[in-house]
This record gives sequence, C-alpha cells and structure tokens, in this order.
Amino acid sequence: MSNDSSESAKDSSGNSPALSAGVTYREFEGDSEPQLATRGTPVYGERTEGEWRLWDPRRSKVGAMYEKGLDLRLDGGEKVLYLGAASGTTASHVADFARCVYAVEFAARPVRDLVGVADGRSNLFPLLEDVRTPASYAHVVEPVDALIQDVATRGQAQVARANRRFLADDGVLIMAIKARSEDVTRDPADVFESVLADLREAYEILDTERLEPFHDDHLAVVARPR
Amino acid sequence: MTDGSSAEERGWFEGLTRGDLDGARDAIETGTAERPADWPEQAIEAGFADDEADYYDALGEATRHAAREGAAERELSDDQQLIHAIRAMDDAERTANELAEQVAEWAGSRFEDVDAGIEGARAITEREPHSPGDERVTDLAARVVDLDAEATRLRAFTERTAGSVAPNLAALAGPVLAARLIALAGGLKTLARKPSGTLQVLGAEEALFAHLRGQATSPKHGVIYTHEYVRGTRPEERGSAARALAGKLSIAARIDHYSGDRRPELEDELDARIERIRTRGES
Ligand SMILES: C[S@@+](CC[C@H](N)C(=O)[O-])C[C@H]1O[C@@H](n2cnc3c(N)ncnc32)[C@H](O)[C@@H]1O
Repeated sequence: MSNDSSESAKDSSGNSPALSAGVTYREFEGDSEPQLATRGTPVYGERTEGEWRLWDPRRSKVGAMYEKGLDLRLDGGEKVLYLGAASGTTASHVADFARCVYAVEFAARPVRDLVGVADGRSNLFPLLEDVRTPASYAHVVEPVDALIQDVATRGQAQVARANRRFLADDGVLIMAIKARSEDVTRDPADVFESVLADLREAYEILDTERLEPFHDDHLAVVARPR
Repeated sequence: MTDGSSAEERGWFEGLTRGDLDGARDAIETGTAERPADWPEQAIEAGFADDEADYYDALGEATRHAAREGAAERELSDDQQLIHAIRAMDDAERTANELAEQVAEWAGSRFEDVDAGIEGARAITEREPHSPGDERVTDLAARVVDLDAEATRLRAFTERTAGSVAPNLAALAGPVLAARLIALAGGLKTLARKPSGTLQVLGAEEALFAHLRGQATSPKHGVIYTHEYVRGTRPEERGSAARALAGKLSIAARIDHYSGDRRPELEDELDARIERIRTRGES
C-alpha cells in the first residue's frame, strides 16, 4: 500500500491522517497506486472493488480536497447540508460515510439524476431549491455538522453566509470557490482574496488549498462559523 | 405541538398524513421557515414518526417524490413555455408589420402625409376621424400599436425565459436566437442531441421552401446567420465562422441540458476562434 509520491496526500501508512472514517485508499484493478474510495452503491459507472467505489478527484472537488491532503474535519456520521449537488456525484460519496445528506440543487435536469442516486440511498435527501433563499428549505433541513458548498455561481461568499444558519456552532464549512464564476476577467488569486474577505464576516478560515491539477482556478476552503 | 415556536417555524410534516406524497410535495415546495430546527425530534413528538430512522424514511420518500415531480414539471414547462413565447412574439411582430402596411395604404387614400410602418400607424391614431371610414382606419392603427407593444413584452419574456432555460446557449447566441434554435429543434433536449452540423442549418428548411416558391435565393445557413459572428464575417470566411459558432452553440446546449452549470469560458473560446478566423489571410 505504501507509495512515496511527494505530491500525494497519502503517506507510508497508505492513508492520510486527514481521511474521514469511511473514506480510504484502496487498490483497484488496473491501477498501480491505491485510489480514493468510499463504500456504497455505484452511481455513475465508476470502478468498484467489492463494496468499494472509486472516488475520482477529477470529477469531484471534495475528492480532490482529500487527494490534496486537506483536513476536512469530518469523522464520518455527520449530518451534512450540500449546496450545489448537481447530479449527485460527490453527494453520493459523502452519503456513503455521513449520517445524512440534504442535497440542494436548483437546475431541473441534474435533479432528475440526483433523485436516481437518492433512490438507492436512504440517507440522501434531494431538494429542488435555490441556495440563495435558505428560507425556502429551512422547514425541511435540520441543523447540520457540515456545510459543503460547490455552487459555481456568482456570489459564492454570500451563499455560504446565508446558509450559516444551518451550521452548528462547532460545525465546519467545506467550500470550493470557482474563480471564473465570480469574474472571468480578474486574476483568480485576486478573486479568491475578495471572496475570502467576504467569508470572514461569518466564518473563521482554517485552511485553504488550490485544487490544481484536478480543478483549475478553484480554491478549497475549510472554515468554522464565528 | 411545538409550544412557543412561531408560525413560520413549522416543519414540512406538520398536519400531514404519513403516505400522502402529494401533500408532502406541496408542503416541501411551498413551505418556508426562517431558521432550521430539530425537525426529526419535532416530528417524533408530533407523532409523525416513531424514531429518527423512521423520520428519515418518511423524509427520503417525500423529498425524492417532490424533487422528481418538481424537476419533471419544470423541465417540461420551461422550454415549452419558451417555444410558445417565441412563436407568439414572431406572430405578433409579423402581424403588426403587415397590418401597419395595410393601415398606411388605406390611410394614404384618406389623409395627407402618411408614413409607413408602426410609427406611421402610431401617428394615424392621433388624427381626428371625420367619417365612419376614418374611424375604421384610426381604430385599426390603434390595434397595430397595441400589437406592437405586446410583441415587445413577448420579446422581453422570451429573453428572460431563454436565459433561465438555457443560460449558456443564451449567453453565446443571444437569448432570441437561443429561443429560435430551441423552438426549431422542438425542445432543449432534442437540440442538445443534434450534431453541430445539423444545428448549423436549423431554420434553413423555411428558407429552402421560400427558395422553392421563388421568393428567396438558396440558403447557405440556418437561423444562426442572424448572429453577428456569421453575418459580420466576410463572405469567404462565413462558412468557417458558421461552423465554429454552431460547434460552440451545440456544446452550450448540451451543458444547459445535461448539467445546467454556467460556463463563461465558452464565450472566451468562441471569441478567440472567431477572431482567428477573421484575421487569417489578412496581413
Ligand atoms: C460545479 S456544479 C456541482 C458539482 C457537484 N458538487 C459534484 O461535485 O458532483 C455546480 C452546481 O451548482 C448549481 N447551482 C448554481 N447556482 C445555484 C443556486 N443558486 N441554487 C442551487 N444550485 C445552484 C448548478 O446548477 C450546478 O449544478
């Protein structure tokens, strides 16, 4: 299981100390190196090894965060609010190790797939709602331990701040900021700075990490509420 | 049940019968609350669920039903609404122009200084009618002005709807052309499935019939010809520009249909392609 790639988050034990329970590196046939994986029903044609399903960091920002060695402060078993679930690729992996996942997505087309993913997962709750109007789903969503946000829309800091109300005081915000969604013409580093400044109004930033080479011009942020 | 909590703090399950999925969908879609609360606990206290696991079963069933039905309804309605809107807009504009022509001709036989077009009709509505015949003409002119105003409102509605049904396509093509392409294909889904070569000539069918009726020359492009990137490119390079534009529009339509994610970089890529096409061979 050991490998000595310095780029990689996993160390001699094969697993990063930052990995949550239920997230691990497994050997998959055809790969020389162990790959990130969770245990659950496969959903998008990903490779499997027994009960384990490969979690491709190229297709998932949270997967890339683990791959980059970020400590997401998740032990497994959390209640999660996931903003920008799209077809549920990442949300399905999170549901594999979380107590439950409330998955909000406002585009009708991906929600159809998201419902398909939720059909096989009793702890994944799809919500066809707009993340900019939390009051439209606060009558369904309970307070959570983790807020995961990947909305790729302008105003990403405002979305995180507006949804602060769902997060327990000792909870964690895990967010992918996409620079291009805020402003295509500005330098991504500048965009990240202004989004972070806005975020600090409601959160204390614990860690940040660029997601290259998995996702260009994306910044991962781990934060806790103020 | 939940003493002391205000009316807006009611959970989605309040007053619902277990198993009433349509009622649950309605409660999820229309309900609101300012803040979240320990809904599982409250649902158990209210007798809606036996324990947390039972509550999650009910919530799972309800949210899947609501999301599935809501998404299907929205998908179906949004692009069909857009198609109705652009057709009505075209009809209203065309009819207003045809009637304006009729008004100008008739009014010209009765009044001095009559101008053609919608503005001409608007001026006629200000004239004092002196006979039943005058009155028919000024009334008809008023209908032209009303119809033109409705066409403008339909255009605004079409633009708004196109932007929400197909944000990437609307950004690249402009909302009206995006709506025309969706209407010609019969829907966003069918448009997303067409190869870009087909998209490139969509709308040329009509021009082809016009050509066969002897009213037009043979078509070289479909409706995408109205895009500045085709029309504004010099004739020798127009084919390349149309191909490049159609290629990006079909990618945009696919993203809109399959993910809904906004991709501003598509515009940059298209701009760069057209720039290259337009400058090659120069110097
Ligand atoms: C990058 S995708 C998310 C991908 C997903 N997190 C994954 O890894 O599987 C961003 C999603 O956010 C959604 N989104 C953007 N603005 C939104 C809003 N205001 N409310 C709800 N969803 C939104 C988009 O429709 C899109 O599906």
